[in-house]
Amino acid sequence: MTGLTLTALHATHGRSTVLDGIDLTVDDGALACILGPSGCGKSTLLRVVAGFHPAAAGQVVLHGRTLDDGRTRLPAERRNIGLVPQDGALFPHLTVAANIGFGLPRSERRARVGELLELVGLAGLGDRRPHQLSGGQQQRVALARALAPRPGLLLLDEPFSALDAALRAELRREVAATLRQTGTTAILVTHDQDEALSFADTVAVLRDGRIAQAGTPDTLYHRPADAAVARVLGEANLVPAELTDARAQTAFGTLPLAGEASGARRGLALLRPRQLRLTADPAPGAVRARVLGSDFRGHDHRIELRPEAAGLPETLVAYAELPWGPGEAYVGAAGPVHVVPDPAGAGA
Amino acid sequence: MLAPVATVVVAVVASPLGFVIAQAAQAGWEQTRRLLGRPLIATLLWHTVTLAAAVTLATAVLGFGAAYLVERTALPGRRAWTVALALPLAVPEFVRGYSWVSLFRSVHGYWGAVLVMTCSLYPLVFLPVAAALRHGDAAAEEVSRSLGRGRLATLWRVTMPLTRPALAGGVLLVSLYLLGEYGAFAMLRYTTFATAVFTQYKLGFDAASASLLTLVLVALALLLVGLEAWAGRHARVTRHGALARTAPPVRLGRWTVPALAALAALVAVSLGVPLYALGYWLIKGSSTTLPSASVLGATLATLGYALGAALVATAAAVPVALYAWRRGTRPARAVERVAYLTRALPGIAVALSVVYFAVRYAQPLYQQPPMLIAGYVVLFFPLALTAVRAALAQVPPGVEEAARSLGTRPLAVLGRVTLPLVLPGLGAAVAMVGLTASTELTATLLLRPTGTQTLATQFWVYTSGLAYGAAAPYAALMVALSVPSVLLLTRRTLGRPGKNS
Repeated sequence: MTGLTLTALHATHGRSTVLDGIDLTVDDGALACILGPSGCGKSTLLRVVAGFHPAAAGQVVLHGRTLDDGRTRLPAERRNIGLVPQDGALFPHLTVAANIGFGLPRSERRARVGELLELVGLAGLGDRRPHQLSGGQQQRVALARALAPRPGLLLLDEPFSALDAALRAELRREVAATLRQTGTTAILVTHDQDEALSFADTVAVLRDGRIAQAGTPDTLYHRPADAAVARVLGEANLVPAELTDARAQTAFGTLPLAGEASGARRGLALLRPRQLRLTADPAPGAVRARVLGSDFRGHDHRIELRPEAAGLPETLVAYAELPWGPGEAYVGAAGPVHVVPDPAGAGA
Repeated sequence: MLAPVATVVVAVVASPLGFVIAQAAQAGWEQTRRLLGRPLIATLLWHTVTLAAAVTLATAVLGFGAAYLVERTALPGRRAWTVALALPLAVPEFVRGYSWVSLFRSVHGYWGAVLVMTCSLYPLVFLPVAAALRHGDAAAEEVSRSLGRGRLATLWRVTMPLTRPALAGGVLLVSLYLLGEYGAFAMLRYTTFATAVFTQYKLGFDAASASLLTLVLVALALLLVGLEAWAGRHARVTRHGALARTAPPVRLGRWTVPALAALAALVAVSLGVPLYALGYWLIKGSSTTLPSASVLGATLATLGYALGAALVATAAAVPVALYAWRRGTRPARAVERVAYLTRALPGIAVALSVVYFAVRYAQPLYQQPPMLIAGYVVLFFPLALTAVRAALAQVPPGVEEAARSLGTRPLAVLGRVTLPLVLPGLGAAVAMVGLTASTELTATLLLRPTGTQTLATQFWVYTSGLAYGAAAPYAALMVALSVPSVLLLTRRTLGRPGKNS
């Protein structure tokens, strides 16, 4: 069953168009993620759905009910859509329990607040005030508050961005688990690809007010629609390739194609950094390259290389188990590759 | 080195409180009981409390309403409305009293006082509430809406509580002004503690009795400060973070015209009436039979005293502000808090304590220029301190340490880094104090050197003789002098303009 459907959604800020024809479907009970750089319109999209920004054209439909069709808008308070803002925005003048109970009728308050405190792991902290909580706890309260009236849809606006890295990952897992447990349909907005990939069932990459591509995290990571989507989801080496049958001819030799050939004769082969292998000695298909730098990252080393062969990007990035000192290395590529259209327009 | 200087400055500034107590103590127990037991005290208390109740309520409603309309709705011309709504502060209360009394005979007594003081003081609520609404984060309100609460419920349950500290601060200022006001009430023939003290002192030369009444007045003021501190005990609720985002303005739809009409009426009554009265009497011309005095002479005297006081007050505020700014320690905060506490002292209490000090310990200074300057400095020290603190807030934290680490001695750091950075702010502080002092009436009447007339006292002489036409130029000059400081205050309170446009 469909939860949220956006059809040809347009929105403007004054004269400038921010959303330029968004089509998106989020299944009931699914966790979706809108991924995009700042200024791509993702916050506006969230606010249109929540009812704080008018749609200029198009439709927002939740569970068969039209919320906004560019002419009539349902007020935010009648949409039954929960909101978790960036830094929680707890009501500073109310206790934790009163915050969570804010959207509940008086009769249900006591029982439901206890239930939610339990759910987010804050049982016993109901009498605290927001400023007595840590950042992570505040976000948990914000989540509980939004979940309390059992919203038909939950919107999360970069809710983890103000937290430090370790806590962010932990809370993200926790929130995703809580949402699945309660069967809540949710949309997370973020600019952090790790967050998007690990959190969501569906990721939509937003660019210049349009959805560049939507799909499962796996599809997006391994089979992006174009070079830009490939880069948004993680570091990518995009190597020009000639396509024949199910093979790609690249500077690294002939590589098998992942999936079917599209019929195009040229394109860019996507090689994720882990697909590049470094060797000290020449090997078949390996390209000589100068090591520009090596960063230790704990679990591996990120190595930047300048290939000396023609027909390759200026720098390549490889993730290797071992560090490489400055000097030379031979770079080879492995595994099936996904090919995206060459934006330079070389495809004939 | 800074700590002792700051402490001494604050001790001097807070000393009037001690003098008032010392002098009241001379009255003796028996006399105290007799004086405080008089029915007059009950009457004054009733007058003061009922007036304060009505005016604070009216200013809170008008101030909050106007601030909400200007900051949170799509009202046409919001920038212009902001200025127009703040400008009534430029009309001193006694000038406003004069403009109503001279035009309408029926304006006097309790309701006259409520009208005049509400028109004068609502900007003191309007400005801080508007600032809180402008800088506050809209996210909390949006969350409330998303939880199913409508606009009105959100306004009541989220917006109002979030602006409560600003509202409480504004209402406190309003009630402190009410306690200290003399001129407007004298003109409206309404007696409060302040007018009673003045009469006791001027007519009866009954210093002990006046001091006792002053003490009651000061006690009331301190009670108010305590109440405000209690009301604002969860005061740090408004967030001013980088994350804070302003709310999109509410569309008024068919309420646009009524809202505009309400604001226009407020501005017409609070700004239009005084300006009309001034214009009327300026054109009507001199209606006096009293000897005419030189407007120029009074202006020069006023500006001289005001500027002198402003320079001294600002210079004295610098060490206190620096001390509190550099160190967030408990003593530093305490020193600053005591300095702000003197803000609660009514002008008449300060004036009487300076008189008392001069008569007892510095007889040669009695009714000499330094006495008036000292009065102004004590009276406007909190104002200077606020302005200097605002200037210091612009200094990036850590620059002093950076300079020290580059091998500069502390005093050189002050001269080469800190002071140049705050110099514009100090200029604003001097301007603010100077302009405010130039329209001061109560303390000036008590402290001015014999034979000296300032704009305010000359105005007072004429209006006391019902020479409204002759008083008009003085009133107009005082209003004109106040306009820049009101604009300055508006800008400082609301922050950089254009952020919300």
